[in-house]
Amino acid sequence: MFPLRVTDVKVNIKRKRLIGPINLEIEQNGISILLGANGSGKTTLLEAIHGLKKLSSGKVEWTISHSLAAAEQAFVFQSPIMLRRTVAENLTFPLKVRGLSKSTATKEAIIWAKKIGLEEKIKQQAVLLSGGEMQAIAVARALITKPKMLFLDEPTASLDGATKKAIEDILISASSKGTKILMSTHDLGQAKRLAKDIIFLHNGIVEAHCYKEQFLTEPPSKAAKQFLAGDIVL
Amino acid sequence: MNEILQGLMQAFWLVLSFDSELITISLRSLYVTLTALTISTLIAFPLAAFLVVTRFRFRQAIIATLNALMGLPPVVVGLIVYILFSRSGPLGVLGLLYTTSAMIIAQAIIITPLITSIAHQSMQGLWVDYRNLLISINVSKMQSLGTLMWDSKKALITACLAGFGRGIGEVGAIMIVGGNIDNATRVLTTAISLETSRGDFALALALGFVLISLAISVSFTTHWLGKTERGGLR
Repeated sequence: MFPLRVTDVKVNIKRKRLIGPINLEIEQNGISILLGANGSGKTTLLEAIHGLKKLSSGKVEWTISHSLAAAEQAFVFQSPIMLRRTVAENLTFPLKVRGLSKSTATKEAIIWAKKIGLEEKIKQQAVLLSGGEMQAIAVARALITKPKMLFLDEPTASLDGATKKAIEDILISASSKGTKILMSTHDLGQAKRLAKDIIFLHNGIVEAHCYKEQFLTEPPSKAAKQFLAGDIVL
Repeated sequence: MNEILQGLMQAFWLVLSFDSELITISLRSLYVTLTALTISTLIAFPLAAFLVVTRFRFRQAIIATLNALMGLPPVVVGLIVYILFSRSGPLGVLGLLYTTSAMIIAQAIIITPLITSIAHQSMQGLWVDYRNLLISINVSKMQSLGTLMWDSKKALITACLAGFGRGIGEVGAIMIVGGNIDNATRVLTTAISLETSRGDFALALALGFVLISLAISVSFTTHWLGKTERGGLR
């Protein structure tokens, strides 16, 4: 499946350029953090790579076929999307879609509900839970199929510290078990905690892609320096 | 006012005495409308979900046409079905004119656009929420249709009730294609029409009250079975 190669990708909407041209190569291991200010194009790039946004030009290449690659990916959105079903049914949904039996899917759902601390709420309607709980379900639902690649779009943006920590722990654990994670954030602290490498996006262009240590010690662009200094990046 | 009271009393008497003719007519009404409803839902739900999920050239035109057909004049439908099934018509060989089958076909034609439009509206709202999630989970088009229909089931029950209400109260089309034949195609609405023209307002009102009770009973039963009104503010 890897490396994932993004070549000259552009996304325009009504002739307005959102991102691009973007060239990237993403390795198999660890957590890659897509860092940038609000409006820098992080969400658009994630959605373009995952196939949710149509490319205006360029290509996204995997070393396996596109359909196989699509089956090995999962995506967690900034605002969790919950099916109008119970917690258990939300967790079993991707497994059932892949043809697993109800009993096997339910066993997996119980395991994941325990991991995210929601085993007592497994029969409750997911949409009635708190934002943090819904995001935890969204992460669990994405990881329950053991994807080779997980995209996350600012998954902890509006969550409290404890929930943020719980989700970060799940991500670190998934990464250590072989799931490649590409996650966008504008939270520098989170990038420091999680990243192996950082992709810095500014005005729809990748200004830097390097290991975390290098990015933090030698910011490769003016905008990156401003971002690290906590200044407003224009 | 006196006639309304008389009608009410006669309605009670007809029901309490298990009047065989009333029971036969009521059961025929239910048979015709519920069969038409079943045929309509089998067409309308998948069609509505398909229109929500797929994009093709004349999609908007089809949706606009279906919305316009919600107000389809029953008499015109009856006339068209009559012409189709009359002895000299293209489907005359089937010998369906003046049978309950022709009445079912006419009712199905009348209520299918109504159910499709309501179902489409409700599933469209859900699709806005679900679209990205279903794509990211790599759900097939057929699975998307199934998910949308399952998760919209409460709204779809409401669509069914609207269709049932339109069908059970319909008189113009079924009078033309059914002929209001005693012991064959007479239903509650055509019987009311007949008794009114005869000047027996009390009996017509009695049948009317039975018809209203039937419609309300079906609605209550459906709500109770579907538990569509669970959960409030408190």
